[in-house]
Amino acid sequence: MAARDLHGPNPPWAKGFSVVGQPQRKVDGLSKATGEAVYTDDIALPGMLHAKTLRSPLPHARIKSIDVSKALALPGVHAVITGRDLPERYGVIPWTQDETALAVDKVRFVGDPVAAVAALDEDTAVRALELIAVEYEPLHAFLEPEDALRQVEPKIHEDKKNNVSKHVLLDFGDVDAAIAGADVTVEGEFGFHSTTHAPIEPHCAVARVSPDGVLTVWSATQITHYVHRALAKVLALPEQQIRVIQPCLGGAFGGKSDPFSLEFCVAKLALITGRPVKMLYTREEVFYTHRGRHAMKLRYRTGAKKDGRLTGVDAKILIDGGAYSSFGLVTTYYSGQLLTGPYDFPTYRFDSTRVFTNKPPCGPKRGHGSVQPRFAFEVQLDEVAEALGLDPIAIRRKNFQGTHTQTVNGQRITSNGFLECLAAVEAASGWKERRAKLPYGRGLGVAGSMYISGTNYPVYPNEMPQAGVQLKVDRSGLVTAFTGGNDIGQGSSSVVRSIVAEELGLLPEHVRVVAADTDLCPVDLGAYSSRVTFMVGNATIDACRKLRAKIVESVAAKWEVDPARIVMALGEVVDLDDVTHRLSVREAFHLAEARHDTLGSTGAYNTPELGGKYRGGTIGASPAYSFTAHVADVRVDVETGRIHVDKIWVAHDCGRALNPTLVAGQMDGSVYMGAAETVMENHAVSARGLHTGPSLLDYPIPTTLDTPEIESWIVESIDPEGPYGAKEAGEGPLHSAIPAIANAVYDAIGIRLRELPFTPAKVLRALGEQAERVESRRQRPVQAAE
Amino acid sequence: MLRLPQFSVETPSTLEAALGLLADHAGRALPVAGGTDLLPNLKHRLAEPEVLISLADVGELRGISVGADGALSIGAMTPLDQVANHPEVLARAPALAQAAGIVASPQIRRMGTLGGNVMLDTRCRYINQTHFWRKALGFCLKKDGTVCHVVAGGQKCVAAASNDTAPALMTLGGELVLRSKAGGERRMKVDDLWKTDGIFNKKTRLDELVVSVHVPAQRPGHRGAYGKLRERESFDFPQLGIAVRIDLDGREVADADVALVALQARPLHLKDVADTLRGTTVGETSFRDAVDKVAERAHQQCHPLPNIPGDADYRREMVPVYVRRTLLSAVGLGQRPVS
Repeated sequence: MAARDLHGPNPPWAKGFSVVGQPQRKVDGLSKATGEAVYTDDIALPGMLHAKTLRSPLPHARIKSIDVSKALALPGVHAVITGRDLPERYGVIPWTQDETALAVDKVRFVGDPVAAVAALDEDTAVRALELIAVEYEPLHAFLEPEDALRQVEPKIHEDKKNNVSKHVLLDFGDVDAAIAGADVTVEGEFGFHSTTHAPIEPHCAVARVSPDGVLTVWSATQITHYVHRALAKVLALPEQQIRVIQPCLGGAFGGKSDPFSLEFCVAKLALITGRPVKMLYTREEVFYTHRGRHAMKLRYRTGAKKDGRLTGVDAKILIDGGAYSSFGLVTTYYSGQLLTGPYDFPTYRFDSTRVFTNKPPCGPKRGHGSVQPRFAFEVQLDEVAEALGLDPIAIRRKNFQGTHTQTVNGQRITSNGFLECLAAVEAASGWKERRAKLPYGRGLGVAGSMYISGTNYPVYPNEMPQAGVQLKVDRSGLVTAFTGGNDIGQGSSSVVRSIVAEELGLLPEHVRVVAADTDLCPVDLGAYSSRVTFMVGNATIDACRKLRAKIVESVAAKWEVDPARIVMALGEVVDLDDVTHRLSVREAFHLAEARHDTLGSTGAYNTPELGGKYRGGTIGASPAYSFTAHVADVRVDVETGRIHVDKIWVAHDCGRALNPTLVAGQMDGSVYMGAAETVMENHAVSARGLHTGPSLLDYPIPTTLDTPEIESWIVESIDPEGPYGAKEAGEGPLHSAIPAIANAVYDAIGIRLRELPFTPAKVLRALGEQAERVESRRQRPVQAAE
Repeated sequence: MLRLPQFSVETPSTLEAALGLLADHAGRALPVAGGTDLLPNLKHRLAEPEVLISLADVGELRGISVGADGALSIGAMTPLDQVANHPEVLARAPALAQAAGIVASPQIRRMGTLGGNVMLDTRCRYINQTHFWRKALGFCLKKDGTVCHVVAGGQKCVAAASNDTAPALMTLGGELVLRSKAGGERRMKVDDLWKTDGIFNKKTRLDELVVSVHVPAQRPGHRGAYGKLRERESFDFPQLGIAVRIDLDGREVADADVALVALQARPLHLKDVADTLRGTTVGETSFRDAVDKVAERAHQQCHPLPNIPGDADYRREMVPVYVRRTLLSAVGLGQRPVS
C-alpha cells in the first residue's frame, strides 16, 4: 500500500533544510525565457500531415448528411474522418461520458467538431474543410439554463430524461430552524458569469504510429493519464500500445484537463494515413473548446446571532453547464462542498443543479466550482456584518472554524492559518485606519476562502496510489526523477527537483526531472484540483527516503559509525561527529551501488480515508486545505462607472512554502485572474448561440496597465501530512479576490454589486438607482467625485 | 493559427515604382504599410488581394519635417510611435501626438504608421471576425452578405471609423497629400476624406497612395488634447475617440473645435463648438459653463450604434463626460491624454 503521509513535516536528520524554503529557479525557466523550450507545436516529424477540424455553425441541429467526397478528392488531402469513424463515447468522469471526438448525428453548440481533415499542409486542409457538405436540420437552441429546465424537448442529450446534467441536494443539520432562530437573516441573489482560461498556448496534438503499431501522442494536456485511458477506449487499442507525452506547456488553468477532440483525431488520422499528424487549434477554436468557469445563478440565505456567529447557510444554485458533462458532476458537488471553511457552519444546505445548454461546454477553471459560491457568500457575509454593525474582519474572525476540526459536511480540517491570513492583510492594508474612512469613491473590502490540496476522489475508482515517483541514480552523481505529474507552468517538476535535492543532499542542478510521459513515468493523476505539490511531493519524499536509507547505510558501514550521524547536503556527505569523515554524494552513490547493486527506488502517495459517509461525501474531501484572505483597495469613477482596482493584498496559507518564488508567482497570477473576472472578462454567446467575440481582442484579458498592484503574504501553517508540511498555492489565492473587490466597491460608493462582471455600465446604472433611492428619501443627492 | 490567404508581394523601393505597381494591378492589389491592421483582416478574409504592395522600403514616405511657415509634414509611413514622441509634433499638434500615442499597444505603434491609421478600415463586431464566424452569422453588408446585424433591415453599412488620429487631424485642419500614377499629386483636407459608408468610408481612389500628412501651423495660443474610451489601458480600438482644439488668446478662447470617432462610418465634427466657447475665459465660470454646454450638445448630436464592442447606451452616456474631460485637459485643467 502506498505511503500515506508517514513522513511528517520535518526532515528526520539533524539539520535544517538546505534547498526547501529557498527561492529556486524553475527547471524550465531558462529554456522558456530563451525560446528553447519545445512546445507541442514545435514538434515537426518527417512526412507529417496537418489536420484541421470542421465545426458546427449551428448551436443545436441534427446532422442529416455529410458528404466528404469532394474534400477527399482534393489533391494533397490524405484522409477525412467524421463521427462515424470515432463513435465511441468518452468523458473525463466515467459516469457521464457524453462526448464523441466528432459529432455523431447531432451538434450541440456553435463550434462542436463535425469532421477532420489531414492534408499536406494547413492551407490544403482549410480548403478541404470548405468542400465538406453538411446538411443540418436546426433544432431549438437552449441558451439559458432556465429555458433548458422549463422545456425538455428537443433534449440536448437524447439518452437523458431531460436537460439536467446533475442535481445535488445535501442537508447538514436543520438549516431552516437554525435560520429561523437567528437574530438576523440576509437573503439575496447573485450572478456569476462565464469566463475562460485564455492560456497563451492553444491546444495542440501530434500523433505518430511506429511500424510496430505503437501510437505516440504528444499533447498540450494537463492530465496525460486520462488522455492515455481515453485514447485506448475510443480507438479500441490496448493501453500498452499507446504512449502519451506532454511537452512543455504554455498555460492551462484547468482548460486542458479533459481529453479533447483533437487528440483522438490526430491519432485516428495517423492510424489511417500511416503518417505523423499534427493539429493546432486557432485561438477561435480554443474559445469554442472552452471548459471554463460555469455561469451560476446563486441564491443564499444566511442567519447569524447578534454576536456575529453564523447559525446556518442555505444555498440554491443553478449552473449553466454548456453542451457536455466534462467535469460537471464534480463542479456540481464543489459548488456546495467547498464552502464550509474557513468559517464554522453549524447547519448548511445546498441544492445545486447543473443544466445542459447549447453553448461551449464548461469545466474546471482555476478554483473549480467554488469561486462562484465563494463570491456570493462572502458578499452576503459582509451584509450580515453590516446588519449587525460588525467590522467585516471581526465577523470573519468570530466564525473561524479552528484547526484540526471537522466541518458540518464531514470534511477533515487539519492545519488552518486563516487567522494569520486575516491579520496579515488587515495590517498591510491599514484596514483599521482606512476602512469606511476613505473619501467617497474609494474603499476597502475583505474576503476569505479555502481550497483543496487535491481530493481523495480519484475520478475512476481504484485502490492504487494517486501519485507515483521513480528515482534512477547515475554514477555521475546525477539523479533522475520520473513523475507522471504534469508541469503546466505551475512548477511541479521544480518542486520534485527541490525535494530530491533536499533528500539526497544534491545540488538542485544535479537532479533532472522527466515528467508526463506514460512510457517512462509512473502514473500520476495529473495537474488538477491543486493536488500535485501535496501528492507528488509526498510520493517524491517516499521514494527518496528509501533510496537515502541505502546510501546512508553504505556510508555508515564504511566509516563504521551510527547512520544517524550522517548528513547529506548540497553535494556532500558528512559525519556530524567526525569532520574527517567527508565524501561527495557521487562517491556515496558509488559505495551504495557497490553494496546494493544498481540504485533506484519508487515512492507513492495515496490519500487517507476522508469525507462524509454519504453519497458524494468524498468529493471535495481533501487531505489538507489552503486558506486565503484578500483585501482590495478600489477607486470608483462615479462619472464613468469604472472600477479601478488599485491594490490587492493577499495572504495565503500554503503550509510550508517549498519554493517561495513559485508560491508568490501563483498568488500573483491568481489575483490577476480573479480581478480580471471581476471587472473585465465575459465568455458569452449571442442570441443565436454564436460566441460574442472569440479572440483576445474581443475577450479582453487585462494588460499590465490594467493589473492591480499585488502584495502577497505567505502564511505557513505547517501541515502534518503535506510534504514538509506544504499545501496548495495554485488556485486558492484566486477565490476571495472577487468578493473582496465587490465589498470594497460597497465601502467606496455604498452599492452592493451582486451580478458579475462589474462593467462600468452596470456600476453607472446602480449609481443611478441609488441616487433615485436617496432622493426618494428626500436626502441630499450623492455628490459626484471630481 | 489562422492562415493568410495566398497572395504575391511586391517590394518597391521608390514611390514611383509603388504607384506604377498599384496602377498595373488596379483593383487586384492593396498597399501594405505597417500591416498591423491589414494582415489580421486578410486572415479574416475581409479582403482577398492577389498582390500586396509593401511600402516598407519606400524611404521617401518616412520622416517628419517643419516648413518655413511652421506647418508639419509627416510622411505617411512614419511609425505612430515617432509621431507620438516627436518634439515638433508634441509642440505644434498635441492632440495628434496624444492620439498617435494611444493607438493599440507599444509594439503596434512601432509597426503601424500614421498613413495606415488615417486609412484604417472601418470596424464592426460583426465583421472583424473569422470567416467561419461570419459564415455562421450569415455574413453581412460589408463583405460577402446582404444584411446588416447592427441595424435591423439596414441597407447601409454602419461599421465605425475607428482611427484615433483622424479626429485629431480634423480639428487641426490637416490635409493628405495623395498621389497616383494617372492623376499625379493632389491634396485633400482630412475633413473631406470621408463618406458615410462603412463598406469603404473614404473618397480616395484605388490607385492612389497617401504620401504625407500636412498639418498647417496653428495659432500661437493653440491647445489640443485627445480622449479615448476603451476597455483596457492598451491594445483596444476606441469605443469613443474625441479630439479637441482650443485656440487661446491669453486666457480667452479665440476658436475651438471638437471631432469624434468610433460612432458611425465617418468621424464627425461637433457643431457650434467655436460659437459656444469663443470669448469665454479659462479659469472662470464662463468657460466651465460653456464646456458643459458643449458636452451637452455632444450628447444630443452623437448616437453610438451597437456596431463596435462596448454597450452603445453606455458609449452615449460617456460622450459628454469625455468631451468635457478632454476640453478641460486641453487647457491644462486635467490629465492627458484622457482615457
